[in-house]
Amino acid sequence: MPRKRRPKLAVWKFASCDGCQLTLLDCEDELLAIADALQIAYFREATSADVGGPYEVSLVEGSITTADDAERIRRVRAVSRSLVTIGACATAGGIQALRNFRDHAEMLRVVYARPDYIDSLTTSTAIAEHVPVDFELRGCPIDKRQLLEVLSAYLHGRRPAIASHSTCVECKMRGTVCVMVAHGTPCMGPVTHAGCGALCPSYIRGCYGCYGPAEAPNTAALARGFVQMGVSEGGVRRYFHTFNANAGPFRQEGLSHGD
Amino acid sequence: MVHPRPDINASVLLLRDGLASLLQHLRDDGYLVVGPTVRDGAIVHDQLRGIEDLPVGVGDEQAPGRYRLRRRADQALFGYAVGPQSHKREFFPPSIRLFQLRRGAGGPVLTPEPPIDRKLALIGVRSCELQAIAVQDRVFVGGHHVDADYASRRRGVFVVAVNCGEPSGTCFCASMGTGPRASGGFDLALTELLSGGPHRFVVEVGSAAGADLLARVEHAPASEADHAAASAVTAAATANMGRHMDTRDIKSLFYANQEHPRWAQVAERCLGCTNCTLVCPTCFCSTTVDTTDLAGATATRERRWDSCFTLDHSYVHGGSVRPSLRARYRQWLTHKLASWIDQYGTSGCVGCGRCITWCPVGIDITEEAAALRADVPVA
Repeated sequence: MPRKRRPKLAVWKFASCDGCQLTLLDCEDELLAIADALQIAYFREATSADVGGPYEVSLVEGSITTADDAERIRRVRAVSRSLVTIGACATAGGIQALRNFRDHAEMLRVVYARPDYIDSLTTSTAIAEHVPVDFELRGCPIDKRQLLEVLSAYLHGRRPAIASHSTCVECKMRGTVCVMVAHGTPCMGPVTHAGCGALCPSYIRGCYGCYGPAEAPNTAALARGFVQMGVSEGGVRRYFHTFNANAGPFRQEGLSHGD
Repeated sequence: MVHPRPDINASVLLLRDGLASLLQHLRDDGYLVVGPTVRDGAIVHDQLRGIEDLPVGVGDEQAPGRYRLRRRADQALFGYAVGPQSHKREFFPPSIRLFQLRRGAGGPVLTPEPPIDRKLALIGVRSCELQAIAVQDRVFVGGHHVDADYASRRRGVFVVAVNCGEPSGTCFCASMGTGPRASGGFDLALTELLSGGPHRFVVEVGSAAGADLLARVEHAPASEADHAAASAVTAAATANMGRHMDTRDIKSLFYANQEHPRWAQVAERCLGCTNCTLVCPTCFCSTTVDTTDLAGATATRERRWDSCFTLDHSYVHGGSVRPSLRARYRQWLTHKLASWIDQYGTSGCVGCGRCITWCPVGIDITEEAAALRADVPVA
């Protein structure tokens, strides 16, 4: 019996650490099911096989930091029926977007022995700022279960069941005691997009905001709360300017607090 | 040893060992015994192996947006107010599977979920909790459409209530008429006495099952002095409520003030994080989530906790009906304190104070309601 035609999946990398695409390889128990449902046509971290496009689903990791990449993402978009960005770099510009708030030339001088070898843009930006994106999967890194959910949804033509409410919902569902109320620990959870399962508070740490802004976050109210808890202005800025520094609400809130 | 079976509505005296023995009998009878215990800096609900798992000698301090445990000077077992979790997660769990569909040769095959079969005993249930359970009973099983899952979890639960002695800084059950003394809905109700004699409990019998259990446990008649001491415990609690809610004409207060400037002010402070609704023992909103597996062989429908503070909750064709925090906060508090009365015949608030304590920025609903009232002209 001829094998059914499997939709082609491509995994693309831009400026990133590869952690999010490796989440796909972390799906050890589900890898056979993935390979059965999808033809992994282009995935440099897993295989040197290179099957040509077009692709039904492209997963895009990383941000746009060079002029070449700004062009390359257009070509990826052109050969992809659905384009799903994965991780904080692709959805918000990543940690490397901290340069967006600094003098680019100065940063190059500090970081590189030969800055003249470097040809990069002055900003690190999300994929959606360059091409239309069908779905953004948040996280630094993304969550494996959520990745499987998104792939299943695209395979079967339905909306991914990915909630965009705060991380607090996940804490309350798993019965984690609120670290902000019970321990006085500043926590980004109330303004952070759910998805990780509220990992850090379950280890009695404040949320770091890896999943970026939740829907309609009131960042100013949380920042006021942080200040009342004794966090300095520069401290508040650093809470908001981490992996998702260039995501609108976090960018704005961070910028309204001094260094 | 045989002990006299007390009458229903009678009160007897139980020592600490007697309470330990009572919990052991429940466990021996196959009950899953759930009650308060200390974890991660708070008093939460978990399975109890015995009274040593209770928060022995632990008290709490609560204020808007603040909760701390403290060491008490005595060995009280119930010397604290309600913690972050209510018993709603026992009957209305955060997430349940409703059913699964599998692709079969002749079409989809539905696998319903098996009914819940467990014997649950709840220990240390406060009056506000009992009132909250009664509110949720009206919601889930009181109308024409009975929630079968809730009903099966709720059935046959053995309840050991505790009358409150030391309310927290955010408690206001006295002004809601929901405590601090349990008025019903229990099999046994304890009042813990820490002075004037040995560490002991006055136990009120609320049901035949409660009387049967007490008949297997060493107990003594409660003296007049014990009764007086027990009454003094709840009287002191009533006098020491940290908060007060003025409920006079509260429905019309909210209905007449939907455009009050206070809503915009509270929206400036509100995080929209959902914490108030998820710690609330009566909030019952849920969402339904459908998923499929990679192969497309199985589809699963789940029910998960939701909150009127999420945008998805009021999402209809074209967008959310309540896109602003002002609208969402107003919806929550108006439903809780006013329109709930039209819908279910009681307030949706039992005065437990959780929404005040566990709001990360300390929004106080008694203060919000009072602010609406402050500007209402006296009739």
